[in-house]
Amino acid sequence: MVWRLALSAAFLATLAFAGPASADDLYGTLKKVNDSGKIVIGHNADSPPFSYIGANGKPEGYTIDLCHRVAEDVKKELKRPDLKIEYVSLTPVNRIPLLVNGTVDMVCATTTNNFTRQRQVDYLSTMYISGARIITRADTGIKSLADLKGRPVTVNQGSSNEQIMKALDEQQKLGIRFINTKDNPQAWASLESSRSDAHVTDEPTAYGLVVASKQPDKYLVVPGPRLSFDPFAIVVRRDDSAFRLVGNKALADLYRSGEIDKIYEKWLSTIGMSMDPETKTLFKVQALPE
Amino acid sequence: MRYSWKWSAVLTDPYFDWIISGLELTLLLSLISWAIALVLGCLIGIARTAETKWIRSLAAAYVECFRNVPLLVIFFLWYFVAPEILPRNAGLWVKRDLPFPEFWTSVVALSTYTAAMVAEQVRAGIEAIPRGQANAALASGLTRWQVYRYILLPVGLRIAVPALGNEFINIFKNSSLALSIGLLELTSRTRQISEYTYQPLEMFITASAVYFVIAMLTTAIMMAIERRSRLPGMITRATR
Repeated sequence: MVWRLALSAAFLATLAFAGPASADDLYGTLKKVNDSGKIVIGHNADSPPFSYIGANGKPEGYTIDLCHRVAEDVKKELKRPDLKIEYVSLTPVNRIPLLVNGTVDMVCATTTNNFTRQRQVDYLSTMYISGARIITRADTGIKSLADLKGRPVTVNQGSSNEQIMKALDEQQKLGIRFINTKDNPQAWASLESSRSDAHVTDEPTAYGLVVASKQPDKYLVVPGPRLSFDPFAIVVRRDDSAFRLVGNKALADLYRSGEIDKIYEKWLSTIGMSMDPETKTLFKVQALPE
Repeated sequence: MRYSWKWSAVLTDPYFDWIISGLELTLLLSLISWAIALVLGCLIGIARTAETKWIRSLAAAYVECFRNVPLLVIFFLWYFVAPEILPRNAGLWVKRDLPFPEFWTSVVALSTYTAAMVAEQVRAGIEAIPRGQANAALASGLTRWQVYRYILLPVGLRIAVPALGNEFINIFKNSSLALSIGLLELTSRTRQISEYTYQPLEMFITASAVYFVIAMLTTAIMMAIERRSRLPGMITRATR
């Protein structure tokens, strides 16, 4: 009896002095990270300036910077400065299975947050407002959505842009001839070789493609309102509020301190974009008080 | 870990219709390409056994070109490169006015590739016949055309049947690469649905199951053909 009492006292003592917010209370991603000693960032290989493999062979970009901030705060929360950051390159096909099965802890890319997807995954706070935009060759004379009537237009298979364009096409009876391209490089090849007259993709991707092209003056992003509302966010696992709390707090700190302006400017200026008033408001309302 | 399964996504409107339309395209693409590949492959396979050297080399060049390039690259070559080599207006017609360009380009890519495979099986079938038979036929006064028509092809093609059955199953699986040039066949439809619903595992399992059933049916058909075309005296599966 005495012996047993001593044992439980010793057990309680270890608990009390076990340092990181008593490891036993941890669950979900925080527990997994604490146990494995590493936090795994899933990224895209080719979505500049958000998430791509940089010149030094390492993933970089706007979303990657934000995820590094989240990782830093996870280290502080767990009092584990020794945590390692690992990277796994994802494709649209494997990103959900690999997040859900625990291979990666965050998907740091250009993922749109919507309720259908929230049946399967969860998101941190919105970090970018995107929407579908039309890129066209300067010689097509396309100035608006209505000008796409009857023309060959590329959309990437499975993208939210595909969904919105097919809905708009039906709604406005445009009779667009859709070409369902696999990815942006292929869509660009179609546009460049006149197989298609326009490509519909996320706003930053649209600007990025034009800037990166061989002859930027031969292409243009059709101005005017965006064709859809696509809030981008970092993807995390469902039912994991403890980890979400750390993540959202890290982001809110960036939004509140104005540090987000520098990060935004650093990456988005590379494709000639600057922060619009809507985005400023977005960061302001998401900067919840401490 | 915590994947939330939702099998009903497969049956929800419009996703079920998409899977069916994808399956239709997969079957149509594979069967049309197989018909073309079979004819083209037989001709090239026969050409590879021809007496005339330049015909033989030409056929060999075809086979090596298509067999040694990844099928994915062949799709890209036909879709992106071929129209640029054509005269400008013809190229533009292919790119803009050809009805359903993704489908017909896929047919061309898949059939030209599979023809090279078929050709090799046909050649092997013909070459498996002891040379003496053709020589004896020629000596008995048959023309070269008659030797092929009555001796080499009836026997050679029957020897090739099991190997051709393999290629027939392969063409259904290979047709999934058409998604790379934007054809919404079975695989790309299921990928599309998994992006829309975020239920990728259900979709991949569905696609795998459908391909599996197609392959099993093809196998059953090919086994029936094999039984009927079996050459007495050859080492093949014993009849029950």
